[in-house]
Amino acid sequence: MKPIQIAVASGKGGTGKTTIATSLALSLAEKYHVAYLDCDVEAPNGHLFLHPEFNTSTEAVIRIPRIDKNRCTLCGKCVEVCQFHALAKVGKTIMVFPQLCHGCGSCTWNCPEHAIEEIPNPIGVLESGKARQDFHYAHGTLTISEPMATPIIRQLKRLEIPPQTAISILDAPPGASCSVVETLRGSDFALLVTEPTPFGLHDLGQMQGIVEEMRIPAGVIINRENGDYLPLLEYCTKHHLPVMLRVPFERRIAEGVARGQTLVEIYPEYRQCFLDLFDSIAVLANQ
Amino acid sequence: MKQLVILSGKGGTGKTSICAAFAHLASIEGSQGGIVLADADVDAANLRLVLSPVEAETTEFWGGSLAEIDPDVCIGCGECVPVCRYYAVLDDPQRLNKKWIDPVACDGCAACVYACPTSAIRMVVQQEGFWFRSDTAYGTLFHAELFPGRENSGKLVTLVKQNARLWAEEHQVPLVIIDGPPGIVCPVISACAGADLGLIIAEPSLAGIHDLKRIQATMQHFRVPQVIAINKADIYPDGVQQIREFADKNNIQVLGEVPFDPLIPHSMLLGLPVTEKFPDSDSSRAIRHLWQTVATLIEPL
Amino acid sequence: MKIVITATKPQTDGLVDPRFGRAQYFILMEAETQQWEALENPAIAQSGGAGVAAAQFIIDKHVDAVVSGDFGPNASRALGGADIKMFLFSPEVDTVQSAVDLFKQDKLQQFK
Repeated sequence: MKPIQIAVASGKGGTGKTTIATSLALSLAEKYHVAYLDCDVEAPNGHLFLHPEFNTSTEAVIRIPRIDKNRCTLCGKCVEVCQFHALAKVGKTIMVFPQLCHGCGSCTWNCPEHAIEEIPNPIGVLESGKARQDFHYAHGTLTISEPMATPIIRQLKRLEIPPQTAISILDAPPGASCSVVETLRGSDFALLVTEPTPFGLHDLGQMQGIVEEMRIPAGVIINRENGDYLPLLEYCTKHHLPVMLRVPFERRIAEGVARGQTLVEIYPEYRQCFLDLFDSIAVLANQ
Repeated sequence: MKQLVILSGKGGTGKTSICAAFAHLASIEGSQGGIVLADADVDAANLRLVLSPVEAETTEFWGGSLAEIDPDVCIGCGECVPVCRYYAVLDDPQRLNKKWIDPVACDGCAACVYACPTSAIRMVVQQEGFWFRSDTAYGTLFHAELFPGRENSGKLVTLVKQNARLWAEEHQVPLVIIDGPPGIVCPVISACAGADLGLIIAEPSLAGIHDLKRIQATMQHFRVPQVIAINKADIYPDGVQQIREFADKNNIQVLGEVPFDPLIPHSMLLGLPVTEKFPDSDSSRAIRHLWQTVATLIEPL
Repeated sequence: MKIVITATKPQTDGLVDPRFGRAQYFILMEAETQQWEALENPAIAQSGGAGVAAAQFIIDKHVDAVVSGDFGPNASRALGGADIKMFLFSPEVDTVQSAVDLFKQDKLQQFK
């Protein structure tokens, strides 16, 4: 059976996505087969809390064109079809710009001389293994100065996970653009972690726009709550976003997380909250 | 004219709050000629929420193109399916024996356009947001709004920054302050391109330190001169020590420490920079000191 | 000698444009005769790769030199590969004509 896929996203950075995702995984791993995928390939942090031991490492690649000069007639068709300007006809050669290439293959199919082959251009590393608490863990790390995150997220999500996996938990990158969409694709539920501030609310609105367009059921977790922030609660009501968990603003939590502790290590009583949270998710995801 | 960019790698370290405070401080002390502000975090644009801007100019932003199938011309042959590496070509949910392109999945590569034997597919340019010029009490603000889920290629960031820079040049404003996005890819690269100084807001947590190293390496690669300020400094003293050691090893100046202060989010709730609302708080004092140091560094560059 | 200057307006008395890939216009000029034409930059609307797209456009015009405010890594690689020389505006440059004059006096710094 296909595992239920839960993406933890937020829009705004630093609202506590990883804090929630890691504690959710730890709590559920006691009862279910869990897989954890850290999709924040620009700034992956889950491993700092879950201490995985990796046993597999592969390169994430973009397949970029290499032109066989003996076959190339300099007709320029590849330059014409490339929407990303990763190719240019310069004098007597076709120049390739690897950092602009999306690896779409259009130049390859369209070359009338079949003069293009594709070679792997590494953009990062994919690693998988087991978290210390004995569940599957995988993440991707983008190489510094590479401009695109979505290809490595796509490849991370295609890595094999153990067949008995019942729940996969995806920690999304911050923001509300293409890399978040790539993480959310195929998810059964989106947990939107927000903080009760105008910044948190504005960016939650961006995320709501995405999950609505992608038709992914979603719920909200309010982190660092310090009394009711009415505009946020009103927003959730208006957009039929259930508030599924509220975590108070506490210095003790902030200090613990800074040291690398998860929420359920700081307060073990949250385990039950996360188990209950999952039961609600399972219901909402099936509607 | 100089450009200061504020970055962090990790999100939520306090870039925007500190940027807003800088805007306020620049307007009351120092930086003769004022500042221009640019919010380069276009998919989570928050600077305007603490600066009460009045929009003066709104411009549509047209980004990349996506493929669309004309159902009247499509014969459903499926030639477009194998050439799409983004699994974006699906059966049309509304019409039998027609193909449909999922706009969320489409990367805009146009491989399907060339593969279609009946020329049923065309590329359609997409409006992906707006950008704005606004007036604030502290200076002119350039900001944008990328529609949710769109590709953040860096083009919109570049547009916002360029317009800020051109405005500053035209009006002889000596400094542009750029509030950068989190992460290390396209929009970050666009935000830091050409900056005279990059201020990294570091958070003394294991995650914050991990991400500090990644943004530092990114800025180094693109040759942006760097300085560090530590926010929420008292939350994890060991982390502060680690940041200082890292900075020493890489010859980066640590300009100051701002304490963890609930008045920072509180001032955000009130829609004002913390230095304006709570000028005597510990955090405001620290940020004021930080600003004075940054201003003296920027001047002679 | 055929040169291109990046410009904000389609005329020689308008201001230069400091951008290359996203310049508003290219003023294509025969340096000796000062005959010129203004070309719209087809790369300006590209969401990515504007530098390469603009460079390809210039390369196809068979020019000898380009004068602009800066050249990105991709654009400079393409232009350099086609043996097109790149020059940078100096602080005295304001209009396209001023850039041309300084270029002819050999007073502009070459971009390497």
